[in-house]
Amino acid sequence: MDRLNARLGYLTALPITALLLLSFVAPLVVVAAFSIMPQKVFSLAHLPDFSAYGEILRQGYWRSLIWSLGMAIAATAILFVISWPLAFAMAKVYRRFTLVLTVGVVMTLFVSENIRLFGWVLTLMKGGLIEGYLRSWGFAGFDGLLYNVPVIVFGLVYVYFPFMLFPLAQGIAMVPDDAREAAVDLGASRWQLLREVELPLAAPGIVIGCLLCFVLSAGAIAESKLLGGQAVIVMGDEVETAFTYGQNWPLGAALAMVLIAIIGAVALFSVSRVDLDAMFGGRK
Amino acid sequence: MRPNVLEASAPAAIKAPARTILTIAGLEKTFDDFTALHGIDLHVQDGEFLTIVGPSGSGKTTLIRLLVGMETPTSGSIWLRDQRIDELPPNKRPTCMVFQSLALFPHRTVGENIEFPLKIRGTPAAERKARALELLTLLRLPPDYYSKRIQQCSGGERQRVALARALAFDPEILFFDEPLSALDYRLRKTLEKELKDLHARTGKTFIYITHSLEEAMVMSDRIAIMRAGRFEQIATPDEIYARPVSRFVAGFMGEVNLFDVTADGTDMAGSGLVIRPGLAAETGLKGPGTLVVRPEAVRFLDFGEAADFQIQGVLHAEYALGSRLQYEIDLADDRKGTVEVLREQRITGKPGTDVRLGWDLSSCHLIKGA
Repeated sequence: MDRLNARLGYLTALPITALLLLSFVAPLVVVAAFSIMPQKVFSLAHLPDFSAYGEILRQGYWRSLIWSLGMAIAATAILFVISWPLAFAMAKVYRRFTLVLTVGVVMTLFVSENIRLFGWVLTLMKGGLIEGYLRSWGFAGFDGLLYNVPVIVFGLVYVYFPFMLFPLAQGIAMVPDDAREAAVDLGASRWQLLREVELPLAAPGIVIGCLLCFVLSAGAIAESKLLGGQAVIVMGDEVETAFTYGQNWPLGAALAMVLIAIIGAVALFSVSRVDLDAMFGGRK
Repeated sequence: MRPNVLEASAPAAIKAPARTILTIAGLEKTFDDFTALHGIDLHVQDGEFLTIVGPSGSGKTTLIRLLVGMETPTSGSIWLRDQRIDELPPNKRPTCMVFQSLALFPHRTVGENIEFPLKIRGTPAAERKARALELLTLLRLPPDYYSKRIQQCSGGERQRVALARALAFDPEILFFDEPLSALDYRLRKTLEKELKDLHARTGKTFIYITHSLEEAMVMSDRIAIMRAGRFEQIATPDEIYARPVSRFVAGFMGEVNLFDVTADGTDMAGSGLVIRPGLAAETGLKGPGTLVVRPEAVRFLDFGEAADFQIQGVLHAEYALGSRLQYEIDLADDRKGTVEVLREQRITGKPGTDVRLGWDLSSCHLIKGA
């Protein structure tokens, strides 16, 4: 019976396996293959070399990489700190209101990211909502709040907020109330409770939330383009430019591979450190 | 030659004069429109094992949550010796609790769980470990459990880890919120005795909450019975068993026969009961009362045999309880009676046989009043 079940399991997994191989793995393989082609070719029928990777080092693309990763880390850290109290309240304090909040936050996802970012552009630009009103009320005019690094990080925080909030709330919901009460009963202060009990027991949610936000932010383009102008060039932007304007597919593919390798390593390392099964109700 | 060494420990009979460690004065707690505790008073002696017994909804859990500080009282006060503690948060109170769910930290090993209160206080690691190992020994767990995961421990072992953790805190008073209720019968019986033994060895004040009067009887120095947010009776287990103050208390422990009686002048009367004349005067009962008769106090009367109280019935069924036999008797007015005898005293009658039951005033208890 078990063996039959196992065979049926493979059979039922076949369609999705085929789809994943075709739509997810195949493009990755193509990108990987292009990354080891000579510069500026448009077919895979060439002898492989690693000139594209050499180009990354020579042309200083690592600067974009540092900006992407740095801003992703900053955005993730900020998201964690500002989401924790709200996630805690959603999981442990609010009853009905949690649903209202959930619906409210999810609703923002119904509007395209670019349109929402344009909303911020109109709000923050010179002559926009903030600067324009302040000027009309008699304050001195200024250059607007766009086109700098902090505003890009703000954009990342704004866009990826739901991706931190919900996993975090799920993680905090896993912290048993009696364990929290027992810790306080045994003398733990609020801070010790957080460090010794809440953070470790909510770890699976924390890891998932941080991973989602970090990965999405590291590959994000729209925030730096729309809010940041050309203040800094991020990695995703460089990849896009190499494939389109630069007409250098091997370079774009190599840049993409570097980003994928770094993000993949971070993801694998973090996921291996926590028990995700506990969160999804698998192994007890 | 045998060295002349005096035993270090004092005889158990010599105890310091009892002092009050915990005082509860006029403690009241209301939730919205429901009053869980109606201004109760209680004194607990230093080193006492006090058990609070009540059915669910009687307010016993609310009481213990107030005592450890997880709820704040609506009015009244709680005193630990001379210090008022009801305004202190739970982490500032020198008491701690063993939870019904045990509330062990699943992400920590057995040793880390036990060391938790010491770590919170900033005790050095080596000292913590030494204390944890001491406590493992005290609770009869092997030292290699120190590095075991909680998930690897059985129910009884987890119980002991929870106890060790609470003892590591070194509380003035140790509270227990029905910690044995989730265990199976035999393990519960073993742990009840171990807990009583642990109480004797540590000399700490234990305040224990349960819904089982049987459990309370085994362990406690004193039992407080709660009903609807008030104490119904506070007394020693013997006193509660022999002289319950109300039908509620009498009926709380296992099977008991209750009979309504009334007294007018010298004689007592009750539905279906044949009562020896003059008993009302002997007992001093005036007006209504309730007779509490334990099943083992009732005997089957032979033809012509007499007893202070007699009642006629029909044998319904026999149940074997191990060393004893229990008989269920159909009485008049659809009432049931329960009789327990030793196995050697098995009666020959089959179900359906008419029987006459009897007991004497000395082996039953009379609750005066309605």
